[in-house]
Amino acid sequence: MKFGVVVFPGSNCDHDTYHVISKVIGQPVEFIWHRQTSVNDCDAVLLPGGFSYGDYLRTGAIARFSPVMSAVKEFAANGGKVMGICNGFQILCEAGLLPGALMRNANLKFVCQHINMRVETTDTPFTALCQKGQVLSVPIAHGDGNYFCDTATLEELKGDNRIVFRYSNANGALTEGANPNGSLENIAGIVNRERNVMGLMPHPERASEELLGSNDGRIIFSSLAATLADLAKAS
Amino acid sequence: MKAKIYVTLKPSVLDPQGKAIHHAVETIGYTGIADVRQGKFFEVTLDESLTVEAARAHIERMAQDVLTNPVIEDCRVELET
Repeated sequence: MKFGVVVFPGSNCDHDTYHVISKVIGQPVEFIWHRQTSVNDCDAVLLPGGFSYGDYLRTGAIARFSPVMSAVKEFAANGGKVMGICNGFQILCEAGLLPGALMRNANLKFVCQHINMRVETTDTPFTALCQKGQVLSVPIAHGDGNYFCDTATLEELKGDNRIVFRYSNANGALTEGANPNGSLENIAGIVNRERNVMGLMPHPERASEELLGSNDGRIIFSSLAATLADLAKAS
Repeated sequence: MKAKIYVTLKPSVLDPQGKAIHHAVETIGYTGIADVRQGKFFEVTLDESLTVEAARAHIERMAQDVLTNPVIEDCRVELET
């Protein structure tokens, strides 16, 4: 099993993500430079947080034209597991791998704080080890995390059980106060129709070790590693 | 030849930036403002290699593909020949 962490100019969570995979989860991982035209022999590709290309034009709008994104699209089309965190989520939406868009936070502020998010489905490679309804304490750090999509898309996301995480309070209640950015229906993370591409605004890689105040985010990486291990065994 | 491209939020999309600007201008005394919507404006200069028709098609495609996020935005292109 091998993980790849894509590095765009302006990525700034690439090393944190790499660290969690290599040191906390203990799996092989390599960086994939944005100019690469292949994701090599990676079994999962992670798009890290940051400010790719300075977030010029719109967040993630320029990154989607990177050579590596053609490779990521092909990888995803063949069932490869792809996770975008924060700016990575924004890039996946801009690239059309996930529906909707991340708009400016409703309160117009860059919000950097620990939030709670509720696991809405365990039927994804990224939440396979979670419990439905489990509340994870993970930080967010973004100015454009306000998830938006049209009504038809929202109905489809709900109907197909594709909303993976929702902002909640510590008890798992979906209150307005628990929504840090104005996201539609408290949406913090979604998965594509084939369930192999996920994007989320919160940063699980910043909450994967007790030393950092929470290790709740670790289960997302462990779930992915467990899924890949199962797939390897089956093949 | 120059192209002007206006990118605006779809009417159904909330615009917190526009709302903040609206609030600010009211605070400093500008009355009669019913609503403010913020958008983007691009000015693109074309070299002379394209015909007007080709340039229009070119710019409209570019505006749709790159300058606009069709999930939340609309765009309008004006060509100055």
